[in-house]
Amino acid sequence: MRAVITVIGKDMVGILARVSTRCAEHRINVLEVTQSILQDMFAMIMMVDISGSDIPFTQFAEELSREGQEMGLSIHAMHEDIFNSMHKI
Amino acid sequence: MLNAHDILETITMIQEENLDVRTITMGISLLDCCDSDIDRACARIYDKITRLAQNLVATGEQIEKEYGIPIINKRISVTPIAMILAACADKDAVKMARTLEKAAQTCGVNFIGGFSALVQKGFSAGDRELIASIPEALAVTDHVCSSVNIGSTKAGINMDAVAMMGPVVREAAERTADRDCIGCAKLVVFCNAPEDNPFMAGAFHGAGEPDCVINVGVSGPGVVRAALAKAGDCDLTAVSDLIKRTAFKITRMGQLVAQEASKRLHVPFGIVDLSLAPTPAVGDSVAHILEEMGLECCGAHGTTAALALLNDAVKKGGVMASSHVGGLSGAFIPVTEDAGMIDAARCGCLRIEKLEAMTAVCSVGLDMINIPGDTPSEVISAIIADQAAIGMINSKTTAVRVIPAIGKQVGDELSFGGLLGGGPVMPLNTWSPAKFIARGGRIPAPIQSLKN
Repeated sequence: MRAVITVIGKDMVGILARVSTRCAEHRINVLEVTQSILQDMFAMIMMVDISGSDIPFTQFAEELSREGQEMGLSIHAMHEDIFNSMHKI
Repeated sequence: MLNAHDILETITMIQEENLDVRTITMGISLLDCCDSDIDRACARIYDKITRLAQNLVATGEQIEKEYGIPIINKRISVTPIAMILAACADKDAVKMARTLEKAAQTCGVNFIGGFSALVQKGFSAGDRELIASIPEALAVTDHVCSSVNIGSTKAGINMDAVAMMGPVVREAAERTADRDCIGCAKLVVFCNAPEDNPFMAGAFHGAGEPDCVINVGVSGPGVVRAALAKAGDCDLTAVSDLIKRTAFKITRMGQLVAQEASKRLHVPFGIVDLSLAPTPAVGDSVAHILEEMGLECCGAHGTTAALALLNDAVKKGGVMASSHVGGLSGAFIPVTEDAGMIDAARCGCLRIEKLEAMTAVCSVGLDMINIPGDTPSEVISAIIADQAAIGMINSKTTAVRVIPAIGKQVGDELSFGGLLGGGPVMPLNTWSPAKFIARGGRIPAPIQSLKN
């Protein structure tokens, strides 16, 4: 199963490092990363494979969300199907 | 690969524009719970509902977390209780309402619908008893919703039932006068009621439905309004196209949730209801969509045309996004549940006559409207008759959910809290229809040709 992690907020040092470290800790493989900075706002999108994850996906999503709050960022981890169903016919 | 723009669009819709799945509603047939002994029937009803719906709330919450989509309500609809009551020797309908309440609390759902009777052509065993018990049933329960279908395009309008419902609505308000007349917010009077509607208060599980089914209602007025705001000045063809595209995306999300819930609960998928359902939250209003189209205030001349465009475009966009569409599908205009409508009613721009015209082109009807507490019951019956006539002639669902604000007058306010919101008491035409309503009988089914 694949999931999409989005990080939105003010740019700062170490965002990518912290999120990818969290993925590695739970044996979640990062497949693709895109990021852009628009007027100081940082937007990163990560496609990850969660089939080897050592914790349930909902728990992982909550961990990331908490981590985001600590850094003042909005981090969401969502099943990729939601995006596929909304944007692909 | 998904592109970044699409992903961020979805996130924005959910985070900032109040996109959500409004309800997952499990429809449960109670036909096999009939028994001549009412206590045995109630025990069967409780057992069946709690067995089939025991995982409904947990599964809904699981899907919510995994997909990152808020699912606001988890609900249950059941076979119209009058049908079950028909078999009982003791027709104590309130006992059944209490059973539904207990089952709803056990399952953790926020509403259970189906304390209902279908009397469009006449009354069968149990119907009169159920209708008479509605005020008490709604006063002694918190989660039970009631509906009565008093007309249809094929049967005409049962004016005896219409005459009964005016006093029932009044009494439901009087019995809950200490709680802002909340009883009436849980009671809908329908013409052409759909059998697979997942939305409250009018949800029930029709006799033609399977034993158990999952229906999903989507929402998203905020998303449509935001899309129109971004589009700027464009003509109405472009507005319609934009609404269609947005409705498509919203509905696809609903379809995904419906399929997932159906799979996890091992219950067949029924329908997605393509509705724009507002909430009192700012940014989640159908009235604001109409205002974004260019009206100074909802209720101005042009409102009916704008709403017709919106309603049609929502259906066109949604139909392709789901394999099965049903329920009430269309834009809702519940006054107290819509921040823009509340403002329009307060400032006097939106009046009940305009709302009545709007019901001819959109989903449902006169919904969540506070009326003066001294409104005579025959006026309420006449409001119901007018709405039913619009539905019957136009082959569409119409409904009345008005709340007589006991002890209050025009300009006072009622507050229900939560999704039911609150709002001002609106003025009514007070000329008497008493003699017309007292005649009773049936308005015959309309001719389906010579459409003029």
